[in-house]
Amino acid sequence: MRFTLNGKVVNVRAHPMKRLLDVLREDCHLTGTKEGCGEGECGACTVLVNGAAVTSCLVPVGQVRGARVTTIEGLKRHRALQEAFVSEGGAQCGICTPGMIMTASTLGPSPSLDEIRSALAGNLCRCTGYGGIYRAVQRAGKKKHGGRL
Amino acid sequence: MTAPRALRIVGKSVPRKDGLAKVTGLAAYIDDLTYPGLLYGTTIRSTIPCGEIASIHLDFDTTGFTIVDVRDIPGRNVVALIDDDQPCLVEREVRHYAEPILLLAHEDRERLLEARAKTRIEYRPATPVFDPERSPKVFKRLAIDKGSLDEGFALADVVVEGEYRVPHQEQLYIEPNGMLAIPAENGVTVHGSLQCPYYVQRALRVVLGLPAHRVRVVQVETGGGFGGKEEYPSMLACHAALLALKARRPVKMVYDRIEDLEATTKRHPGVIRHRTGVTRDGRLAAMDIDVLLDGGAYATLSAVVLSRGVLHATGPYRCDHVRVRGRVVMTHTPPNGAFRGFGAPQTQFAVEVQMDRIAETLGLDPVTLRERNALRAGDTTATGQRLGRDTSALRVLREAVRRTDFRRRRRALAGTNRGLGLSLFFHGAGFTGAGEVKLASKATLELVERGVRVRVASAEIGQGSRTVHAQIVAETLGLPYDAVEIAQADTDQVPDSGPTVASRTAMVVGGLLQRCAAEMKTRLAGLTPRQYLKAHGPLSVTKEYRKPPEIEWDEEAYRGDAYGTYGWACDVAEVELDPDTCEVRPVRVTAVAELGRVLHPVMARGQIEGGTLQAVGYALVEQVVMRDGRMANAQLANYLIPTTRDTPAIDVVLLERPYRHGPFGAKGVGELPMDGPAPAIANALRHLGFDVREIPATPERLMELTRKGKGL
Ligand code: FES
Ligand code: FES
Repeated sequence: MRFTLNGKVVNVRAHPMKRLLDVLREDCHLTGTKEGCGEGECGACTVLVNGAAVTSCLVPVGQVRGARVTTIEGLKRHRALQEAFVSEGGAQCGICTPGMIMTASTLGPSPSLDEIRSALAGNLCRCTGYGGIYRAVQRAGKKKHGGRL
Repeated sequence: MTAPRALRIVGKSVPRKDGLAKVTGLAAYIDDLTYPGLLYGTTIRSTIPCGEIASIHLDFDTTGFTIVDVRDIPGRNVVALIDDDQPCLVEREVRHYAEPILLLAHEDRERLLEARAKTRIEYRPATPVFDPERSPKVFKRLAIDKGSLDEGFALADVVVEGEYRVPHQEQLYIEPNGMLAIPAENGVTVHGSLQCPYYVQRALRVVLGLPAHRVRVVQVETGGGFGGKEEYPSMLACHAALLALKARRPVKMVYDRIEDLEATTKRHPGVIRHRTGVTRDGRLAAMDIDVLLDGGAYATLSAVVLSRGVLHATGPYRCDHVRVRGRVVMTHTPPNGAFRGFGAPQTQFAVEVQMDRIAETLGLDPVTLRERNALRAGDTTATGQRLGRDTSALRVLREAVRRTDFRRRRRALAGTNRGLGLSLFFHGAGFTGAGEVKLASKATLELVERGVRVRVASAEIGQGSRTVHAQIVAETLGLPYDAVEIAQADTDQVPDSGPTVASRTAMVVGGLLQRCAAEMKTRLAGLTPRQYLKAHGPLSVTKEYRKPPEIEWDEEAYRGDAYGTYGWACDVAEVELDPDTCEVRPVRVTAVAELGRVLHPVMARGQIEGGTLQAVGYALVEQVVMRDGRMANAQLANYLIPTTRDTPAIDVVLLERPYRHGPFGAKGVGELPMDGPAPAIANALRHLGFDVREIPATPERLMELTRKGKGL
């Protein structure tokens, strides 16, 4: 199975029905993508497929043949977002954080609070009450890309 | 008290120690770890709530499987905690659904799942008890008495009675429970997602019959706990270790969400009854309170949850004549256990709704009634504790009222589909009563080339323990924040600093570290760490908990200083009702809290926001549906927690009043925000005309109230 993972073409031998989440974590050894429920409800497993946020626990790897897959490890142009998650308290226990950041990375520049809330509605966080996450996304939106980590 | 020096690091929102690893996906949680030769483990659980095992059938080819049952336990078959009544594996008697009976391990997860499906257990069922009022077994009773009820009620003009009901609640950390056990020479090492390394170590010692030095427990990055990883990990660690020792290979057990929901602990449901005597001008003359908690099948931590429950049952109010009776009982449901707040959210829900009903009865507004009765410095609590200057009930109340323009806003909303309610509450910081003395926690500080290393057993579970500990140490030593590193919570590396619970990590363990740092500073005598090491060799300082002399607690009589100090808070909640569907939208919660000293403003605010939202879920949406002793909605699709869509605006106001025994004046913060939102929301619904005495206030429940004529 060939697809592009974080900018590099990879070829994995896996059953096409194996969950993309497991392929990433076990076959590709990228464990930044997390599992919180395995049923598409929590968003901890969010990755980008051709630029769109998807829950990788619901995607059989056969479906990403030839596609571009991006995980938290390959998120390059969003340093400001990651930095803002640290400084604004967007990450506490951190288990939702990779998925949260992947979804947030699909937002346009300077998103409104409403836009942020709608975009993140499929990502659960039990620690922050979401306030720190909103502030992080807003702050990164203002600063644009390119901050230092 | 001397005037505080200007602080460089404490009180500043320095970058979290674990921030970078968490936002880049590098932080390693239990399921991210792997070992050569790793096996996966799974648990075969009971499918009845009560009865006996008749027979076990393994209808699969068992070659290649490691199978553990009760006969494989080399030590005692208990999960050691308080009462030691819970077996690690069922021998014969089943006391609840999803009770562990057999353990299987295999290197292939598919084969493991097949084997699980082909394991059949036959039972001789018995009749379960689900109603705590009919329970045959009381785990613990507690009583608090102050003054005389007869005298109190004689002074009262009016008596108000009420019964309040609170439900199960699931902690719902986003990372399910997980452990990885590795056989070691003559012992075992267990890595896991957990809050209390030394609780787990003790449980392993008892089950495996091994001395402490042969059992090593290492906390790895933990994806949330909220109490849900206080006692349960001990059970899971024992299971993983039993499999690993039998297989002589590493074994990983990570629950999926369904298993985590069905088998692990929840918040205790309860029924709380109040009978309150008040004078016409709104003074509390007598409070008679009865607390009943459902402990589930085994005692686990129920006795201490009940303790915190009864100690907070009067709310932050003065009253000369009080009687509190509490009991926690057995039912044939999975054991309930620790969850942020630990009994106090249950009892303070009851008293705060009762207060609004008293105000209503007397024709007073809710603020005035609370102002008349709020505890002040010099007052005594129900256990006779005389409160110190850091008693901020009135202060948080007035600030919340001022910020929200409460009285005017409430009048303005009258007749609309919005309601406004408030709650005033407190939360004891640290262990109850003599708990801290018994724990005798230790902390160690060690000099290293670059600065110092903190060695404590406190678990970073998202609350920011590593960061605040480093702040306290750096500030005290006069070193940069980056010069403080934090050792992993590994029983081979850190002393027993007690469990990471009870809002004690910053206040108690942080206090020990402050003392370590102060002594180290003296010993350094102006040298840099590098200079000192070169001149004098290694240096480490260990301190043990010392009870402040004025704290006195009598466990027998249940009198005295229940806690070293309390955090104080007031919540104002505004809600909007859809009159057709009875759906409630929480619009805004204003949370005003006094925390002693705020060590890290961003993280303190995050604790309050997170706790507040968890409690909004408790008030409105979170519902564990128990059917025949089994959680019927054990899926995230069916057990709902607040999402970004149903989150109110949360305004956080942090007030300070340094506590003299806390590091830089800090008190605990973790649990306080869990106590207030549910009653504030119930009282906002009361403002809308709904007599809410039971949560969650779901649309179905509100419609029921409407029908009974108590609603709009
Ligand atoms: S693990 Fe995929 S949505 Fe929860
Ligand atoms: S930070 Fe813990 S779940 Fe979001």
